Amino acid sequence: MGRKLDPTRKEKRGPGRKARKQRGAEVELARFLPPEPESGRKKLSSHGRKRAAKRRLGAGSAPAGRKPLGGGRESVAGQTAHGQSGISDGNSKQLALVKAKKILSKGNNVELSSDGEVEEAIWEMEEEEEDGSSEDMVDDYGASSSGEEELLPIERAALKQKSDRGGLSEDDSEEEEEEEAVEEASRQKMGQKEEETDLQLNLDVDEPFKLPTNEQIEREDILFISEPPDLHIIHQRIKGNMEVLQDFAVKREEGRTRQEYLALLRRDMAAYYSYSDFLLMKLMDIFPLPELINFLEANEVPRPVTIRTNTLKTRRRDLAQALINRGVNLDPLGKWSKTGLVIYDSSVPIGATPEYLAGHYMLQGASSLLPVMALAPQENEHILDMCCAPGGKTSYIAQLMKNTGMILANDSNAERLRSVVGNLHRLGVTNAVVSNCDGRQFPKVLGGFDRVLLDAPCSGTGVISKDPAVKTNKDEKDILRCAHLQKELILSAIDSVNAASETGGYIVYCTCSIMVEENEWVVDYALKKRNVRLVATGLDFGKEGFTRFKDRRFHPSLKSTRRFYPHTHNMDGFFIAKFKKFSNAIPQAQKEAAALSTVPDTVTEPQPKKKKLEGSKIDQEQKPPQPALKKRRSLQAQRRPLK
Amino acid sequence: MRPLTEAETRSVFEKLGRYIGENIQLLVDRPDGTYCFRLHRDRVYYLSEKLLKVAASIPRDNLVSLGTCFGKFTKSQKFRLSVTALDFLAPYAKYKVWVKPGSEQSFLYGNHVLKSGLGRITENTAQYQGVVVYSMADVPLGFGVAAKSTQECRKVDPMAIVVFHQADVGEYVRNEDTLT
Repeated sequence: MGRKLDPTRKEKRGPGRKARKQRGAEVELARFLPPEPESGRKKLSSHGRKRAAKRRLGAGSAPAGRKPLGGGRESVAGQTAHGQSGISDGNSKQLALVKAKKILSKGNNVELSSDGEVEEAIWEMEEEEEDGSSEDMVDDYGASSSGEEELLPIERAALKQKSDRGGLSEDDSEEEEEEEAVEEASRQKMGQKEEETDLQLNLDVDEPFKLPTNEQIEREDILFISEPPDLHIIHQRIKGNMEVLQDFAVKREEGRTRQEYLALLRRDMAAYYSYSDFLLMKLMDIFPLPELINFLEANEVPRPVTIRTNTLKTRRRDLAQALINRGVNLDPLGKWSKTGLVIYDSSVPIGATPEYLAGHYMLQGASSLLPVMALAPQENEHILDMCCAPGGKTSYIAQLMKNTGMILANDSNAERLRSVVGNLHRLGVTNAVVSNCDGRQFPKVLGGFDRVLLDAPCSGTGVISKDPAVKTNKDEKDILRCAHLQKELILSAIDSVNAASETGGYIVYCTCSIMVEENEWVVDYALKKRNVRLVATGLDFGKEGFTRFKDRRFHPSLKSTRRFYPHTHNMDGFFIAKFKKFSNAIPQAQKEAAALSTVPDTVTEPQPKKKKLEGSKIDQEQKPPQPALKKRRSLQAQRRPLK
Repeated sequence: MRPLTEAETRSVFEKLGRYIGENIQLLVDRPDGTYCFRLHRDRVYYLSEKLLKVAASIPRDNLVSLGTCFGKFTKSQKFRLSVTALDFLAPYAKYKVWVKPGSEQSFLYGNHVLKSGLGRITENTAQYQGVVVYSMADVPLGFGVAAKSTQECRKVDPMAIVVFHQADVGEYVRNEDTLT
């Protein structure tokens, strides 16, 4: 029996008793395995490096091309064996790598501030100089770059460039394993691409970003099973691909379509950011490519913690002071909010301070403040919050109303209602009644409200940073199911409002999703089905909603809706729309048209005659409803009699 | 939801009276309207009459909470005051106890208040008198029962209990599920 090989176990260090125990297999083995090439580099003296460099340049062999892989890869065995065989060769390669790397890193630094000419000059300098000055450079950078485990892509690319110029780019292929050839090829092209874009050379592009052939992609797929992909390579490939797609006419490869580039980009992004292909396709429809990268990156990082002051019990100033005394680092949220505070860091748990327990503030995302600000509840109104859990928005409504009037806080999930009750009691809200009904039962349960807030259940694609599982577990069916539920809820919400209310008549619809199917589509549906119109939300920041999307055209007033994104506003993805109901009547003609369109399903003989009669009836009733609908239904009506 | 019976009203008022004395009238007749108590699923709720209409139209099975919950009746019909009533007891409390910052946390975890943690106490508090517990910043933390009268508190040793814990705001986090 031996100790189990457990790479995650850390060994104890230091003077204690446990450090003196025999270390596990992984540590013992490491002592017997040949050292990695990087460690080999450190052992050479400057004189040795000089000699090796002379040797290398004299021989003109292809070590430089090969070594980047050795540097960049984590897999040790093949490379180390390779490095250890043939002492002088191995050394020279390592030396060459080191020298080139260091010079290039210096080259990099220069390059950052100037253009490509300097870079070129340095390379030439490297070729010429084999005397002390290059040694000086090497020595200067000996400390820093010897610590590096892998080359920066730019350095690799430059090495590639040099080896290509030496005319020895393909020597290594037969020696390498299959996978490396694929990665090698793509990286080579990637490297070339990288070099070109990063350095902004005035040279002609030797090899632009080459799309890997389909066989290479398939090989990658097979190898994916044996070992996970190298994320670094994929990241480089994504960047290269984006560059090409930005300037497609110029940078494209002949014979490869844009679709192939897009397909590869999708695959790479799905692998790198762990998204399902479906979701990525949807996101590519919504965002232009550079913004998409920002969005995906923003979803990897959590949004800052924000709290909302409970003005029923304290003031923001006093609360901030009390929290600062406890050791919390905070700031006001922004000009647009008078009650929000953003927490940078804190020495005490924010959800358990005595101020929190006393109900002085509530932990709430910044984007959740917006729909209530849009709703703008007035004192002594009757408000309905249809999906209220966990109660943050409800309590904000109550504090804006100063505990007057009445709020009906409803949610269909009894488990989550407990947190609503807890929060409302803690924050000192007295004008709320909490109920556990399905939202679609309104207004049968109770109607005639002044304002309604509907924070509809959604797919959650705007809060991926809070719940990364959304990246993979949402598909077409989920989104359509959510959209269907949201359409039903919004109709119930609209019906529960009393349009004749003096101060109100408003409905605010919001979701924490960025999908057009759940947002603009639902709003558009409501506009068609009920006597409502969109009004300005009162939020002056945020992106406007879409008025057209792919093959759909929405009502132009959708410009007044607002979209918020994690990467532009640093808050959770959100969509807000505010309706005003101008009549309590439910448009009747639409209902009848809807009923009649189902009649053809029941096929009977006298049907054609019936259809004709009903068709004419529809013609008569076309005048009252809205013009946009009239056109569509008249087309339908005309179609039917012809059948 | 139904109004309280005579017996129930008496027990509730008696309990409340232990903490706020005769100020109960202030709870019922408020400047912004009349408030009343209602019973729903063995819990006593305190709400304004405006809310009554709305609450009455919701089916009994779907109604979860109305206004503020003051406490609940146990199976043997005893009334137990809960921390959710603190906001209404605190302004009218007759006997108060202030707790030092060091033992604030201990009280919020549900422990009794010891003499070492006692900051201030109202004069002539009788033994077993209902008290409201505050922090030194005058933030209400909960309520309890005085274990010793004020005179005895001065004499007793630092490890003795001076206030029995009954309810504290820490329960919002500890017992979130059982509030309702």
